[in-house]
Amino acid sequence: MGERIENHIILDCKPAGQKIQITVDGKKIPAYDGEPILSALLAAGIKINRYTVKRHEPRGLFCGIGQCTDCAMVVDGIPNVRTCITPAHDGMVVETQDGLSKEVRHDS
Amino acid sequence: MIHKDVLVIGAGPSGLSAAIEAGKAGADTLLVDLNLKAGGQLFKQIHKFFGSSAHHSGTRGYEIGSLLLKQARDAGVEIWLQSTVIGIFPGGKVGIERGLDNGEKDLVTLKAKTIIIATGASENAIRFKGWTTPGVMGAGAAQTMVNVNHVRPGENIVMIGSGNVGLIVSYQLMQAGCNVVALLEAAPKVGGYSVHAAKIRRAGVPIYTSRTIIEALAGEDGSVCGCVTAAVDDHFQPVPGTEETLKCDVITLATGMKPTMDLVKLAGCALKFHGPLGGYVPIHDERLETSVKGVFVAGDSTGVEEANTALDEGKIAGISAAEELGYISHEDADAMRSEIWSRLDSLRLGPFGERRMKEKKAMMEEYSETVKVPAAFQ
Ligand SMILES: Cc1cc2nc3c(=O)[nH]c(=O)nc-3n(C[C@H](O)[C@H](O)[C@H](O)COP(=O)(O)OP(=O)(O)OC[C@H]3O[C@@H](n4cnc5c(N)ncnc54)[C@H](O)[C@@H]3O)c2cc1C
Ligand code: FES
Repeated sequence: MGERIENHIILDCKPAGQKIQITVDGKKIPAYDGEPILSALLAAGIKINRYTVKRHEPRGLFCGIGQCTDCAMVVDGIPNVRTCITPAHDGMVVETQDGLSKEVRHDS
Repeated sequence: MIHKDVLVIGAGPSGLSAAIEAGKAGADTLLVDLNLKAGGQLFKQIHKFFGSSAHHSGTRGYEIGSLLLKQARDAGVEIWLQSTVIGIFPGGKVGIERGLDNGEKDLVTLKAKTIIIATGASENAIRFKGWTTPGVMGAGAAQTMVNVNHVRPGENIVMIGSGNVGLIVSYQLMQAGCNVVALLEAAPKVGGYSVHAAKIRRAGVPIYTSRTIIEALAGEDGSVCGCVTAAVDDHFQPVPGTEETLKCDVITLATGMKPTMDLVKLAGCALKFHGPLGGYVPIHDERLETSVKGVFVAGDSTGVEEANTALDEGKIAGISAAEELGYISHEDADAMRSEIWSRLDSLRLGPFGERRMKEKKAMMEEYSETVKVPAAFQ
């Protein structure tokens, strides 16, 4: 399981943003304002971001720089949000994405 | 519609230094990057750089990034972050998904007199059974997590590939408190510099050569819990009976990079395959102009190299774009470029550099034979 780095031989790892909370699949987890959503998820041990459309296979962090879309999730009701390059804000509601997640768009 | 003299796409070392030169010369310059931070690959690099003082040797990558960002601001460059260039259309029109301060996105079309494409490279993946399992990721992704976001992607890492990226990222993962279980290399010997390999070995990490991964194993939760490795023969084929299982929760792939070609393709630039440069690259002349007039390239997107060469190529592209628009005279631009080219030649020495230098020169020759004069934007 991943966790936050507190002491680093070179880097100053003091978080830049304020401590906030986001909700992931109904569960509240801590995060820092402005950090990529994916960082908060990894720190909380969450490694699966979405399931593929046809075969329902799990996907998670792969490129970390917004190129591959494996980390896409439903954020505040919007599907296909790349969590590795989208900053977290207080009260954000994040859900594991199932396939294309069109239903969510219709529901909201 | 917004009008700009120079649009620089990508704020890595090459894009930043291109924007600085164009801005300093007086061109109205916009620098766009899709990331949250400017600096490109530099921001994930925390080791001290090699090279000469003109190339910030001894300075850590992320410090160079901050320095360049400040210089760009001082040169009057406008910077849009979290903004992705999604299309280049006839006549220099560019579509940008612009990130706004409130987190929303806005679709913007702008017209640029010149465009510098500095979009860098992307990591190559290798395919094996289970390679899409969460926990299998690019070495760059793991590096971004520990060095930029200060989060460990997992505890026990198996690194695939022993080029400089594989070696350096392994070391940095250890600095971040991860346990690197092993490093696998399919070739018979280590690919990167021996100083980097020695550091890894001293830390007690086994480097297995002539061995590769054949399967990623998934645990009950669906993410990686181990991998199966096998020795390979002279044709890189796994040898039956040599399988071994390693326990790990992360598998990182450091199996090379290739230049990103999406935007140069959209702009209609002529491409050519050059293996030592990482794959297809847009052919260009000494001014770094592509086969399309007013479209320049620089950095890893013209061939995967290093931050130093990216910095210098960016400078050349920035100077040439400013020259194209009349902000710098041809004589001055020529003089500035030739100084940078001789520095670049001295950088491109050593076993890896020389091969790339030869390839770049061959490519520029192809350009002068096939393109001669760049065509107007179609
Ligand atoms: C592990 C590792 C170690 C390294 N160590 C060294 C070293 O010791 N010394 C050295 O000299 N070099 C080193 N390098 C290499 C060096 O970092 C790269 O060669 C250099 O960063 C390339 O610069 P660039 O500007 O061409 O591309 P990048 O730094 O990759 O920047 C490209 C930028 O373009 C942006 N972009 C891409 N597409 C779009 C789009 N459509 N719209 C908007 N923006 C876009 C990206 O977000 C990115 O910020 C290392 C690289 C790695 C991975
Ligand atoms: S991990 Fe590839 S886009 Fe986020």
